[in-house]
Amino acid sequence: MEDRQLITLPEKTAQRGPKISIRHLIKRFQSLVAIDDVSIDIEEGTFFAIVGPSGCGKTTLLRILGGLETRTSGEVSIGEPTPGRPQHSMIFQGDSIFPWMTVWDNAAYGLRMRKAPKTEVETSVSHWLDRTGLTRYSGLYPHQLSGGMRQRVSIARAFANDPEVLLMDEPFSALDEQNRTILQQELLRIWEVDKKTVVFITHSVDEAVTLADRIMVMTASPGRSKTIIDVTLDRPRNVLELRNDPRYGRIVYDIWGHLRDEVERARD
Amino acid sequence: MSAQDSAASALAKSTASADAVADIGEQTRLAARRRERLMSIGSPLGLLLAWELAAQTGFIDVRFFPAPSTIIVALWRMLMSGELIEHILISLQRISLGFLLGGIPAILIGIAMGISRPVHALIDPLITATFPIPKSAILPFILLIFGLGELSKVVMVAIGVFFPIAINTTAGVLQIPPIYRDVGRSFNASHWDTFRTIALPGALPFIMTGIKLGAGLALILIAVAEMVGAKSGIGYMIWSAWETFAVARMYVGLFVIALIGFGVSFLLREIERWVIPWKTDN
Repeated sequence: MEDRQLITLPEKTAQRGPKISIRHLIKRFQSLVAIDDVSIDIEEGTFFAIVGPSGCGKTTLLRILGGLETRTSGEVSIGEPTPGRPQHSMIFQGDSIFPWMTVWDNAAYGLRMRKAPKTEVETSVSHWLDRTGLTRYSGLYPHQLSGGMRQRVSIARAFANDPEVLLMDEPFSALDEQNRTILQQELLRIWEVDKKTVVFITHSVDEAVTLADRIMVMTASPGRSKTIIDVTLDRPRNVLELRNDPRYGRIVYDIWGHLRDEVERARD
Repeated sequence: MSAQDSAASALAKSTASADAVADIGEQTRLAARRRERLMSIGSPLGLLLAWELAAQTGFIDVRFFPAPSTIIVALWRMLMSGELIEHILISLQRISLGFLLGGIPAILIGIAMGISRPVHALIDPLITATFPIPKSAILPFILLIFGLGELSKVVMVAIGVFFPIAINTTAGVLQIPPIYRDVGRSFNASHWDTFRTIALPGALPFIMTGIKLGAGLALILIAVAEMVGAKSGIGYMIWSAWETFAVARMYVGLFVIALIGFGVSFLLREIERWVIPWKTDN
């Protein structure tokens, strides 16, 4: 880890293109076209949400960004990370933390896999367990936690890894509504501090409008980009107060207008 | 109940159960459990007593069923002469070495088969083909290859434990939900890290099941192997007792081998609790 010193020297703020750039992305599973010619630019520091009916290929899109799935054709690029930092970390749908590791070891996983120095693991993990309210539970195993707590661990694991880009695949969809609201608020609170670039997949229009700066609506199979909507609500946001804001209602209504035909089509 | 609450209640569970001891219902339940424990100690004692009486009164033939007191005297004599300890130690040594010789490759091969499809395609037919052969039937072959020395006994145990451990390990790796491998890939885990942090711990509950099955087989095989091809060990002791018609000694052998079986399964339960802490609350 001696070369760490060298790495921090060059200033890597020169590059000014979009953080994530997707050009004419196509993904086919045998004869099924999952993603059909999607192009997006995502600026650095943007919370970018993708909504669409189930089976529209939005999870596949995220998995391609995360390197878990290959693409059939097209270009996908995520801006070079600052040396020493990982390009992206993923927060998965459902239970993805290891049952055989304590909360602490789960949160430290990304850092340990990239062989971060011990002191960095210590400080980063304790910082993020603190920010996610998990410090008291750091020695417990996942089966001793509720579903909401487990998903907090998953969030802490991704943030502690300190990536350039966070990829979130319906992270709250398995939670009940109250827990979902609490975690959305916590995610906003955490995210609004250092505004990392986020790509957030969801099937919930409310969730997308609550969290995101920009929202891409996808069409039903094959998945295409139907429209991109800017969410001009002020930050910091309060999940409950938003519901009382007429602009919030208008944006939700607007997106539903785009989505309605797609949901109907997906049902046929 | 919020997420925080339910996790806190999980934390509080241990203290809560301590308080509940004062509860009346809890006390009657404890009394019932104590009664059950007495009964389960009483039944084998009762059987021994009946056996003793039947032998003393000549109701059963003591040439075949010597009185428990006779067996205890024989056990005591063999213990004092040091002969019994020697047989026990040599059998335990064979079992342990056999376990290492068979178990370690079984875990490695089992995990490799679970992780890699080509390895699975290569090795699975061999295991499927050789698994149904009764292990005791290959004893003559093992004696032929490895001779009458220590190695043949160790190899018998090794072959016996290999199959259940390898098969369970593979099944254990295959049942790991694919999302955990995605997590590993997503965090750029190397092959070694994937093995160390995902495949091995994820398969561990199944591996332990394989080890427990293997332990049962090891005891059977060591007894058989020592009866046929050894001049020491518990199996040899039982067999030579039969040959010299020293029936009390034979019973001592049976008692001791049962005790070893009990000890091994107790030990494995403790090891399981220690290596799989995420499966048990304590």
